Amino acid sequence: MIEIKGVNKVFYQGEREIKALDDINLSISEGCIYGVIGSSGAGKSTLIRCVNLLERPTQGSVRVDGTELNALSNKELTLARRKIGMIFQHFNLLSSRTVFDNVGLPLELAGVSKQAIKEKVDSLLELVGLAEKKDSYPANLSGGQKQRVAIARALASDPKVLLCDEATSALDPATTQSILDLLRKINKEFNLTILLITHEMAVVKSICSDVAIIGGGKLVEQGPVGDIFAHPKTELARQFIRSTLDLSIPEDYLARLSSTPTEKSYPLVRLEFTGASVDAPIISQVAREFNLDISILSSNMDYVGGIKFGLMLAEFFGTEDATEQAITFLKKSKIEVEVLGYVA
Amino acid sequence: MSLDLVLDWWVNNERLIDLLVTALGQTILMVSVAAAIGFIFGIPLGVLLHLTKESGLLSNGRLNKSLGVVVNIGRSIPFIILLVALIPFTRFVVGSSIGTAAAIVPLAIAAIPFIARLVEGALLEVPSGLVEAAQAMGAKPKQIILKVLLPEALPGIINAATITLVTLVGYSAMAGTVGGGGLGDVGIRYGYQRFDAAVMMMTIVILVVLVQVIQTIGDYLVKRVDHR
Ligand SMILES: Nc1ncnc2c1ncn2[C@@H]1O[C@H](COP(=O)(O)OP(=O)(O)OP(=O)(O)O)[C@@H](O)[C@H]1O
Ligand SMILES: [Mg+2]
Repeated sequence: MIEIKGVNKVFYQGEREIKALDDINLSISEGCIYGVIGSSGAGKSTLIRCVNLLERPTQGSVRVDGTELNALSNKELTLARRKIGMIFQHFNLLSSRTVFDNVGLPLELAGVSKQAIKEKVDSLLELVGLAEKKDSYPANLSGGQKQRVAIARALASDPKVLLCDEATSALDPATTQSILDLLRKINKEFNLTILLITHEMAVVKSICSDVAIIGGGKLVEQGPVGDIFAHPKTELARQFIRSTLDLSIPEDYLARLSSTPTEKSYPLVRLEFTGASVDAPIISQVAREFNLDISILSSNMDYVGGIKFGLMLAEFFGTEDATEQAITFLKKSKIEVEVLGYVA
Repeated sequence: MSLDLVLDWWVNNERLIDLLVTALGQTILMVSVAAAIGFIFGIPLGVLLHLTKESGLLSNGRLNKSLGVVVNIGRSIPFIILLVALIPFTRFVVGSSIGTAAAIVPLAIAAIPFIARLVEGALLEVPSGLVEAAQAMGAKPKQIILKVLLPEALPGIINAATITLVTLVGYSAMAGTVGGGGLGDVGIRYGYQRFDAAVMMMTIVILVVLVQVIQTIGDYLVKRVDHR
């Protein structure tokens, strides 16, 4: 549905050249929810804006639904854009128009009759659950409600593709979830292809089937979400995966932690389970085999695309030898082990 | 008793009242017609100034610079000089260089660049994301101007209208120079040249009320249309 081939984008700031996109290749098939993740300044917005040519690529081709957008005249591009919906981080609703008139705007632009607009808008507001707010102005809506209006507006001209530029970044976690649920619903209902960019792996994890990771304008990794979580090939990918599992050491432990072992201290270890890790009841195995007592301090395990992964903080109580052997065994089972220090 | 006093005054000063009412009519006529003409030309000019900016929708640096220079020249000439300098043009347009109609020409000419800058400022307040969203939904440039930029800038444009009207009321005081009449003219002729303090005070009071009314209506309208 979306084919991005060899796309480059260079910005010029005075004499300085900023390579925002560097040879990006992406292929997004019909009906899927594709995530692009990257940190701030990675080029995500530039990339998604290249898909409807809000930003013209310096080089490369962008095809949407078989049409090469770069080859279109301005007039044809205007028409092609009506089949590509877009929503934004800051909603971009017109403050001068009511909810109803905001949703109806794309139809108004296309010259649809008043009666047809009314029918379509009413059904869309029903779909996004804001039928009773139709005469409100955006200023009187919550962030989540504004994004729902924006989604309804983006759907008004029956697009085949929906572009989401950080659509949930200005929302709290619960509202984010409800917006993601809505996106999933319209994806199923209309077989809508969704390209979504974000800096939160949690968003990708929650609704995307595929993901691309972008860093410094380059696409560093892409594939099905499960595969990326299972076998992250790059450090950047690992970082994003880890960011979904925020696991910090409690304050009082941190105070008692020293970097060198003493007579009566025990190691505090961090275990990282990835898709490569041996899928077995490994903790109890280690405890039995090496005669260790393992106290789990905190853990954050997750399950994405058939892959179990996560982080765990644990204290190992046992002899120095046993601890060493246990760690070797865990490493052999493809669990990443890091001794964070020793707790007295 | 006080009613008697007012009545008494009224009967004795019928001519003066006539004069003030006529002058008020002339001021309102000059200001409103000049403002109307000013808006007809000033709004498109302001829109053009905004659109041709470097990051604008119809970015055109050359045009933007030339328009900017023209507007700045218009803004930098003191009105009293413009009034005199435009006399040949005024005579060409209205057939005479004196009278209320003749005063409208320089007032309108002065209003155009003034309004253009204010409208440009109002458009600048419209978040660029809105234009982007409109582009993304397939809006043509004309639609973006008419359905996004102008409606979103409407509170600012009404504010601009209020400021323009008040400024024109001030400028219109100089219209007496070309026989345009108006309240300012009465104030100068009676108050300044004939030392009639009472008449001058009255023209000032009427002007203050007029400006107050314009501002109040303007503020009310802004509040009505502003949903931000
Ligand atoms: N119009 C522009 N002119 C010059 N440089 C730009 C322009 N737009 C983006 N850039 C640069 O291109 C790079 C990528 O920007 P982009 O907005 O795509 O990042 P992003 O991944 O969306 O970041 P964020 O998460 O902060 O939104 C940045 O270095 C940015 O400074
Ligand atoms: Mg961005």
